[in-house]
Amino acid sequence: MTDLRQHAAEITEQFSDSLDVDADDVEGRLETLVDDYSVPLEEARRSVVSTYLDEADMDRDTLAGGTSEATDVADIDAPEEWLEVTAKVVELWEPNADSIAQVGLIGDETGTVKFTKWAKSDLPELEEGTVYRLDSVVTDEYEGRFSVTLNSATTIEALDTDLEVGDDTTEIEGALVDIQSGSGLIKRCPDDDCTRVLQNGRCSEHGEVDGEFDLRIKGVLDDGREVQEVIFDQDATEELTGITLEAAQEMAKDALDTEVVVEEMAETVLGRYYRVTGPSLGRYVLADDVETRGAPVDHESVLIKARSL
Amino acid sequence: MSEAAPSREVARRVLAAEFNDARYTFTESDDERAPVYSLLPTGERANRVFVVGTLTETEDLGDDAEYWRGRIVDPTGTFFTYAGQYQPDAAATLRETETPVYAAVVGKPSTYETEEGDVNVSLRPESITVVDDATRDRWVVEAAERTLERIQAFDGASAGAPAGEDAAVAGEYAAMAETQYAPDLAVYRDRAVAALEGLEDEPQVAAEA
Repeated sequence: MTDLRQHAAEITEQFSDSLDVDADDVEGRLETLVDDYSVPLEEARRSVVSTYLDEADMDRDTLAGGTSEATDVADIDAPEEWLEVTAKVVELWEPNADSIAQVGLIGDETGTVKFTKWAKSDLPELEEGTVYRLDSVVTDEYEGRFSVTLNSATTIEALDTDLEVGDDTTEIEGALVDIQSGSGLIKRCPDDDCTRVLQNGRCSEHGEVDGEFDLRIKGVLDDGREVQEVIFDQDATEELTGITLEAAQEMAKDALDTEVVVEEMAETVLGRYYRVTGPSLGRYVLADDVETRGAPVDHESVLIKARSL
Repeated sequence: MSEAAPSREVARRVLAAEFNDARYTFTESDDERAPVYSLLPTGERANRVFVVGTLTETEDLGDDAEYWRGRIVDPTGTFFTYAGQYQPDAAATLRETETPVYAAVVGKPSTYETEEGDVNVSLRPESITVVDDATRDRWVVEAAERTLERIQAFDGASAGAPAGEDAAVAGEYAAMAETQYAPDLAVYRDRAVAALEGLEDEPQVAAEA
């Protein structure tokens, strides 16, 4: 079965209760977007689903799961997938919007992931420390970090078991060889629970908004064998560069340009060696702890090895 | 989400003596945007390198537009790096930096043929930053170690000893290097050893050892 055919079948299945959808028709729509307009498949799928949602007058949240696969938390690596996870509620956070009933962290043996439960989905309360089987949750992605959403199609079953929540912290070391765009002094959408990074003062979700300043570095660590993308949040960036958010805003104000901040940061950190520990979030490692690697202490052993060659 | 970004090329660690011998370049496919690799004599391909050394001299060679050359010296030789209008940040660093300082360069190997038919190897910088002596020492040890690892893999590949995919891939570039250069690997080993021994003579490192 081709990729398109597979996606078409899944979409057809999702609408089987509410619409008379023909798989060939779905595939045709996907094909037009993907082949004729070069739209990435995930985006095409989203667009086709939206079309049928409109036709059926449904919300995305009420869409049935279709193919909901039992998945380990660590294997969540794509948005808009319908999954079944068995996980323990590690932490519940204070929701910062009325639309959210519960928000927090769930985890299984392989790692943890953020979850959001919408108020309108009218689901039972989750309790901290309890293990649940959550069927038909939907994955979401934001800047390489994945989360799951509990929606009205989700079924929640409390299990009478316990599990050890896994630690997905990794440690990497290498030279910082690149700083990616979107680093330095940035502005985020002030909308509750959005925090998207603004492009030219615009949020992709909320349009033109008065952004809130933040600092971050999206960098690349390279040990000569492989590369790993790393995100340094405000705290990590301030510690790494010695430039505080306040100082960065001053610099930008004086120069009438935010770019001066990332340029200054690049001079301070590019070409240095670091050891970074933190959780893996999709493509990125989030730098919880950063250590500058100074002079080598082990060159003697390399020398012994060299002489023996 | 957009389609997966093409994977970024790793930055190899290579000492100047070997880097400047890497005159042969190749691509893995006919696609015009296919990455160009320089073939290291120790049997590895390099589309990007990371080097740290002493920036000893900078000079603007340009007539109308700026075109800066920097000499970056490691214990085995000199990397020549050139930055013009397409590398504005690196060019600015070369313009503004007072030599000598330790500098780190991330960049792409680049070759050109002279009128006499010689091939010159240089480094097209993506970034140049001023670093401290600890970073430089760390790089020397790392570059020497990676050189030795490549030599070991090269020997293993030519002996046909180790099995497995890695060995097969490493063997591919070792075989290519054998054909293109017929390298005397002992030279590169001796250079790596000398580089490491040089560190021992430096007081701050000796104190830690």
